[in-house]
Amino acid sequence: MAFVKWFRRNLVVIAGLLTLAYLLLPNVVVTVFSLNRPKGRFNYQWQEFSTDAWRDPCGVSGLCESLGLSLQIAFWATLGATLLGTMIAFALVRYRFRARGAVNSLIFLPMAMPEVVMAASLLTLFLNMGAELGFWTVLIAHIMFCLSFVVVAVKARVMSMDPRLEQAAQDLYAGPVQTFLRVTLPIAAPGIAAGALLAFALSFDDFIITNFNAGSTVTFPMFVWGSAQRGTPVQINVIGTAMFVVAVLLVLVSMAVGNRRRRQKA
Amino acid sequence: MATVTEAPPTPAPVAPEKKPPRKRGRRTPYLLLLPGLLWLVVFFALPVIYQASTSVQTGSLEEGYEVTWHFATYWDALSEYWPQFVRSVLYAASATVLCLLLGYPLAYLIAFRAGRWRNLIMILVIAPFFTSFLIRTLAWKTILADGGPVVGALDALHVLDVTAFLGWTAGDRVLATPLAVVCGLTYNFLPFMILPLYTSLERIDPRLHEAAGDLYAEPSTTFRKVTFPLSMPGVVSGTLLTFIPASGDYINADLLGSTDTRMAGNVIQSQFLRILDYPTAAALSFILMAAVLAVVTVHIRKSGTEDLV
Repeated sequence: MAFVKWFRRNLVVIAGLLTLAYLLLPNVVVTVFSLNRPKGRFNYQWQEFSTDAWRDPCGVSGLCESLGLSLQIAFWATLGATLLGTMIAFALVRYRFRARGAVNSLIFLPMAMPEVVMAASLLTLFLNMGAELGFWTVLIAHIMFCLSFVVVAVKARVMSMDPRLEQAAQDLYAGPVQTFLRVTLPIAAPGIAAGALLAFALSFDDFIITNFNAGSTVTFPMFVWGSAQRGTPVQINVIGTAMFVVAVLLVLVSMAVGNRRRRQKA
Repeated sequence: MATVTEAPPTPAPVAPEKKPPRKRGRRTPYLLLLPGLLWLVVFFALPVIYQASTSVQTGSLEEGYEVTWHFATYWDALSEYWPQFVRSVLYAASATVLCLLLGYPLAYLIAFRAGRWRNLIMILVIAPFFTSFLIRTLAWKTILADGGPVVGALDALHVLDVTAFLGWTAGDRVLATPLAVVCGLTYNFLPFMILPLYTSLERIDPRLHEAAGDLYAEPSTTFRKVTFPLSMPGVVSGTLLTFIPASGDYINADLLGSTDTRMAGNVIQSQFLRILDYPTAAALSFILMAAVLAVVTVHIRKSGTEDLV
């Protein structure tokens, strides 16, 4: 009886933790199989413990090159999308102008369209223009689809800002540039950072749009896709595990830093 | 369309009149918007128009294409590929429902019951984003492998008999069946459900729960009458954020499915990148776009919220 009661009271917790397990199960499998020594081409069955792949993560030709290319594209796409998106977000929140509705829908539509449709239509454009598919077409595409997400993230932050802070700065004889750099930008920074982080993650992991517009250029997701057909090297699991660990560590560190700052201010 | 394109309600923006008058004030918003909007017009809106024109062209790759307003392409494409479209809607809808059922308890747990574990659970939900999702999807091949522990357990519990009867699995296999594809889709888009749900649940004042309890509401009644209705914005945006990408996905169907589980995305991808029949491919992707936008519009109207993101 007591157990039934406990079970009923904690039903949500149990269900939630089961979902969390479902979410993390593939990551556990990826980690475990990074320590496998597969027989044959495919790394789908456990054979034997080995740390070979960890000692030589770049041992497969093309893997680290594709990783470097993905990081490069993600960096420039983040920079471009964050810059353009932040400008749009400020204009939308801070100014009244005609065609606001149209602008808002142009921002919203890329998020409400299946990626494959966007990818395909962009490819039609590039083919019609006779553009050479490769680094530049991928970068253009990534900036395009990251842009909306940055606008949404920055808009949320700027909307919650008190405009009187800027007025106060101006009352104290700060010029527009000074006001922007010393008051507006620092307050909006967390929103901009969130948008940039999202853009980086989206660009780095994008497969569908890249698949259509990359030509023969191979980004990391494209490398993984290709290897799924040819036979997956264990190194892919190593990279996957490392990315997960690095992401968790980065978030933990940034949280620790944030906590300490808050404590210092208090 | 009208509902979709309307701006989400924004708090009254600062009236420019109250600011000290500036000479460049009127041009500033346009200067800020110009570069970003130009990008979206040239690389998003223009391509869609290009594709519309491609879909009514006839010709061949060798001799070139010409706009001949050949609408029959749409009819031919639909009559040949309607099973894939039906499958896309079915799989995406199943995955969305499963995401809601699985995601709600976890979002609720993070919002109300996690206490000091909240941040850690949040990190564990978001961090997999940073491991390439293709790698994680491939991991499902290992998990659902023939004769593996998961399939063995399902078989021992006679679950596979039921699912095979329903046509979700085939024999004692899970891989290369609809169940595997829906499982992959659910897994891939679950975080897109959890995050908006969490955001809307977190906004609910816990005192409302206490008040409901004080008024002798059972926990289940409190959930039905207070919590769930207040979380509707999260449910709406969560279901859209899972349904839209799931309906156009071709990765799960390709990696975890078979030729019998091909979805609209698979057809569009192979038409564009392998068969190179651009008019048909363009028509197919226009049909998918129209279907998704229709679903989005109806969904938003019905739930009466325009506050999407």
